[in-house]
Amino acid sequence: MSSPFILDRTSVTQVMAWVLVALLPGIAAYVWLFGSGILITLSIATVTALAAEASMLKARGFPVKPFLMDLSAIVTAWLLALSLPSLAPWWLVITGTLFAIVVAKHLYGGLGQNIFNPAMVGYAVLIVSFPIQMTQWAGPLELTHAHLGFAHSAAIIFGADTPLDGIAMATPLDALRTGLLQQNTVDEIMIRPNFGHYGGIGFEWLAGFFLLGGLLLWALRIISWHVPLAFLAGIWLTAGFLHFFDPGRYGAPWFHLFAPSVMLGAFFIATDPVSGATTPKGKIIFGLGAGFLTILIRTWGGYPDGVAFAILLMNVCAPLIDTFTQPKIFGEAPKTAK
Amino acid sequence: MNRELFRFNGGLHLPDHKAESNTRPIHPPILPARLVISLRQHIGTPAKPIVSVGERVLKGQMIAAAEGIISAAVHASSSGTVRAIDLQTVPHASGLPDLCITIETDGLDQWVTRTPLDYHTLSPSEVRAQLRDLGLVGLGGAVFPGAVKLEVGTNGTYPTLILNGAECEPWITCDDVLMRHHAAEIMQGLSVMHHLLGSTDILIGIEDNKPEALAAMRGAAATLDVPVEVIAVPTRYPGGGAKQLIKTLTGKEVPSGKLSTDIGIQVFNVGTAFALYRAIFKGEPLISRMVTVSGHVQRPQNMEVLIGTPMVALIQSAGERDGRTGILMGGPMMGVPMPREDVPVVKATNCVLVKSDALFPSLPSALPCIRCTRCADACPADLQPQELFRFAKSDDFGRAQEYHLFDCIECGCCSYVCPSHIPLVDFYRYAKSEIWARTKEKTAADQARERHEFRLFRQTREKSEKADKLAARARTQRAASSPPDELASATAASADPEADAKKALIAAAIARAQAKKADAAPKNTDNLSAHTQQEIAEIEARRAKIRAAAHQPLEQEKTP
Repeated sequence: MSSPFILDRTSVTQVMAWVLVALLPGIAAYVWLFGSGILITLSIATVTALAAEASMLKARGFPVKPFLMDLSAIVTAWLLALSLPSLAPWWLVITGTLFAIVVAKHLYGGLGQNIFNPAMVGYAVLIVSFPIQMTQWAGPLELTHAHLGFAHSAAIIFGADTPLDGIAMATPLDALRTGLLQQNTVDEIMIRPNFGHYGGIGFEWLAGFFLLGGLLLWALRIISWHVPLAFLAGIWLTAGFLHFFDPGRYGAPWFHLFAPSVMLGAFFIATDPVSGATTPKGKIIFGLGAGFLTILIRTWGGYPDGVAFAILLMNVCAPLIDTFTQPKIFGEAPKTAK
Repeated sequence: MNRELFRFNGGLHLPDHKAESNTRPIHPPILPARLVISLRQHIGTPAKPIVSVGERVLKGQMIAAAEGIISAAVHASSSGTVRAIDLQTVPHASGLPDLCITIETDGLDQWVTRTPLDYHTLSPSEVRAQLRDLGLVGLGGAVFPGAVKLEVGTNGTYPTLILNGAECEPWITCDDVLMRHHAAEIMQGLSVMHHLLGSTDILIGIEDNKPEALAAMRGAAATLDVPVEVIAVPTRYPGGGAKQLIKTLTGKEVPSGKLSTDIGIQVFNVGTAFALYRAIFKGEPLISRMVTVSGHVQRPQNMEVLIGTPMVALIQSAGERDGRTGILMGGPMMGVPMPREDVPVVKATNCVLVKSDALFPSLPSALPCIRCTRCADACPADLQPQELFRFAKSDDFGRAQEYHLFDCIECGCCSYVCPSHIPLVDFYRYAKSEIWARTKEKTAADQARERHEFRLFRQTREKSEKADKLAARARTQRAASSPPDELASATAASADPEADAKKALIAAAIARAQAKKADAAPKNTDNLSAHTQQEIAEIEARRAKIRAAAHQPLEQEKTP
């Protein structure tokens, strides 16, 4: 054992715990806006993730307790659960979580080794495999006026009740996409009752609370400003550019920003250090690229939202970005002088 | 005094634990029954013993002489009898023994005759020779021979002279206490440095968590006839690292792979200035130094300690406590664990830090790296420790060097902040030592190849020489019957071009070998420790000799 002999007591567990804490405002808003069903989804995902993590650790011959205690599996579970449609069926949650933990995390080498963000891999697998279930959202309570009790939510999730009868509703991004495909202009779509100030009613508040949690992470220096700011800037600039040239065919930049997936993506998912770029410049490129791709996919892609695919695509680029953005070291001549 | 200060990136605010030891008075030297004095007190070639077993020595008497350019003499720290010149455990993490001189003290503490040096009348090189014989070395940690550091380069002067009183490592207060109590003497030493280096800009950097030292030094600086700026620098580890302090004070970055003197800046520790004062004005060799004894002891304190005193004697003097879990030489960030408690104090010993489970709980086991880059944020050398870790772990030493492994100063900031508790610095040390080992192997292989190539060349040459001789003899026999002037022109025409061609061939072969070597040489010869550099220099010297040997026969050929 050699120096140093002291260390900061911050641990991976603490970092992950703060990420979970920072998700709480968003979860509370979710419950308030969409009902308590999300708590069931979160629980299913958590239990599945921990079980999958424990068995994978055991299978790979790792000590289970210290690695389970790092809480990274729970972070993955929560991020995936919060990305799924509200009241998503139980098997959808389990399938996505299993894929995230078993394939995207452990088959790639476990904590710290995964190329792709596990939660986003889980999400991508689900949206490719189960597009119908993945786009059926139970609308915000404010619009559906449903009295979704905990028991009722559980019944829907576990398939004992008719799924989403009368409360299903397109997400704002989906509504925009479908509206545009039906040759409506953006203005015509935006005056529909499910749109609020910036984004969709309910959804924009949810986005705001995820943003709040993200700012907490930044204030605690768990994340740096680079990726979130660049990601939001990428969205805003790309959407703004398109909107400026044809406001009738392309949604406003604020509308694109105030989607929950964007705030979750910017502060909690794109900031995943394992699968993201690590140099300061690299983080900015990573964020800008993810924002840019998100708008491209939303506008011309096959799915209403593009955050997950954009982040996965940028995950592929991260090692290359890092290689080409190595910062100047102490005492090194400026790169241009070479 | 409102000098603009600059900020180096990274660094840490650490709990400093200085108050424990810096308020007690300086403990006078204790005289142990035995002094074990290592001959490797400095970086460079170890000193060579000049006393024999059984000989009586006086305090301050030279017992081992400087050997080679980068070296310094070693002296008896007290009077007594030489009892052994043998291998003893020295303060090194390896626990490997090294050559030491053991003196049984006689309790008289009887000095040799000391003569102050009149450094104004002596030439600088004479002063330096004296300092080398007085064992002066840098006391900031690297223990580089002081005489070498006081030699100006080709430009004749180092415009900037910095005295380092930052002392950024937690627990250590020996420089702080020295400045509080001996500011005037430090300034005297500084004026000698100024005299030898011809500096125009003299700066003293002291971290702002030492207000008493700052006040004392400012007071003493005012009495000097040369302008000296005493500057409070922000307390941020490793602000006392030479490169970091230079950046803070001057805004200049020492270029990667170069020395501060390459940009006209020389840095000394305040302790070195004090030792220089003693050497010049008192004629005293470096036989004692200030040492902080802190951590798990009853009375953390600073002590004037004779070189060669066993560390355990310092711990006893500071009050032993139960539950010691080991001792460090140096601070908790860069200190070296001692193999035993009775290893002797050397010139590099600034602190003896006694560990306990409460003060230094055992480090938690490591988790995988999650690439959070806290290490990169903390790195004062602006490296990407997470990448270096990845390369070191996978033995990808080429990439590690591309990512500037050798610019790592091993300050420990990365390991300190790592939430996965990975002992990152261990990995870098491992990678560095592997690279050095491989370079050494490669050098040896190159040498063998060169020898082999020369042997082949020699064999061909001998063969062709034989053939020439035979041909010449045949010609003489033939010439016996032909006119003499014809013969002369024939030999002149044939012998010269042949020799020229041979010479060209050899030159080409040597050039090829050198080019090959230059191509294959890894970049790791940049920024090595002085010790390694010196080893390399020795190897190079040997190779130069071989090369010279390869040329010699040619010259012999020319003469007859």
